[in-house]
Amino acid sequence: MELFMDLLSAPCRAVYIFAKKNNIPFEFQFVDLLKGQSLLLPRQAWSWEEAQGRSVAILCYLCRKYSAPSHWYPPDLHNRARVDEFMAWHHTAIQLPMNKILWFKLLIPMITGEKVSDERTNEILEDVKKSLLQFEEKFLQDKMFITGDRISLADLVALVEMMQPMGGKHNVFLNSHKLAEWRMRVELAIGSNLFLEAHDRLLQLAEWDCSTLDPMVKERIRGFLRKYK
Amino acid sequence: MVLELYLDLLSQPCRAVYIFAKKNGIPFQLRTVELLKGQHYTDSFAQVNPLKKVPALKDGDFILAESVAILLYLSRKYKAPDHWYPQDLQARARVDEYLSWQHTSLRSCCTRAMWQKMMFPVFLGHTVPPETLTSTLAELDRCLQLLEDKFLRDQPFLTGPHISVADLVAITELMHPVSAGCRVFESRPKLAAWRQRVEAAVGEDLFQEAHAVVLKAKDMPPLDPTLKETFKHSLKSLLQ
Repeated sequence: MELFMDLLSAPCRAVYIFAKKNNIPFEFQFVDLLKGQSLLLPRQAWSWEEAQGRSVAILCYLCRKYSAPSHWYPPDLHNRARVDEFMAWHHTAIQLPMNKILWFKLLIPMITGEKVSDERTNEILEDVKKSLLQFEEKFLQDKMFITGDRISLADLVALVEMMQPMGGKHNVFLNSHKLAEWRMRVELAIGSNLFLEAHDRLLQLAEWDCSTLDPMVKERIRGFLRKYK
Repeated sequence: MVLELYLDLLSQPCRAVYIFAKKNGIPFQLRTVELLKGQHYTDSFAQVNPLKKVPALKDGDFILAESVAILLYLSRKYKAPDHWYPQDLQARARVDEYLSWQHTSLRSCCTRAMWQKMMFPVFLGHTVPPETLTSTLAELDRCLQLLEDKFLRDQPFLTGPHISVADLVAITELMHPVSAGCRVFESRPKLAAWRQRVEAAVGEDLFQEAHAVVLKAKDMPPLDPTLKETFKHSLKSLLQ
């Protein structure tokens, strides 16, 4: 099985971690997002944005195909529904805004040489704050993990997405003990080494020399980013 | 205790849940939450769904939000025919793929297209800047192209030979810009043919019933001015 990915993308990290953790054999096909390469999948070519949504499907597929331990995607009606609920909610509430923080704080200034307005930045930080509060109050509550005592796909996806702003040196875990403690539990359940390995490329992103970026890709990014100015 | 579904048929995901439940003969108590009256922001509704959104499901003490989660829950609990959410590994993956992709793509532009083209002028009494509307409609167009090229391709339904929850989620989304007068199907014969098939599979009567509210949205009375503050934040995101 080939997995086409770039660990800069949170959904890719979720799939990578899950596959490694469950000893699922795969061939890592590196697709360099920093060179503007799109994810090429059998049959179709997708842009980065388009491919983001597919990881949830890939995770569930791998879970079933390789009979991963049931706590990852619990078989009972209610707990499974909780995972589905989080997975559906997270695209707009977590994935999108966390990625925006990375773009606003690091990538846009780095690639275009221009800053995103404070107003826009504060707006997105407020949105993230609100989402994280909802995450704590509705999804996590007083449990160890989203579905209770064991880690599931929901915790994995939640954490890798919340790590995205770290690429721009922005740490969303600083303001909440509860969130920071949950993060530690998830990291431990995954295994610290594997977790760090998966996040290494992201955490080095600030050192990327973007002068090597293809000018056409730069222009495409500039165009896409104009709406965030 | 009977299942309760908190819905406003003005909303696309509510329509998908409604159609699925009715089509599969799932007994439920309909609890209408009128979005345009801000009923989703009330404290009593927050007891049902703290995320303050519809659709929401209440099954005894079990509360569930998110239409995709609700559709999957209903299909499992009530053992809906397999084609809705197939057991087969690859067929299921294709449905999952559509269901996760659509949140930030089709759903987002269908909602904005409908609001920018119709609801802002009719319901809120102000026109959206023409560049914004043009850009949103262009985005909608790109999404529709992706829908055709990546999902539908040469298949009868979005994920294969049979209708699934993916088709329900998609069709209810597309009816949103249709209700605002966007010509979604007119220039896209492939999508138009797919729409006919979905409507036929659902049943014309049920389909019309589910869409009665949104198709009359253009005749809605304007927003109660006392509710303007309540809506301010959510309206901002609709203007992008």
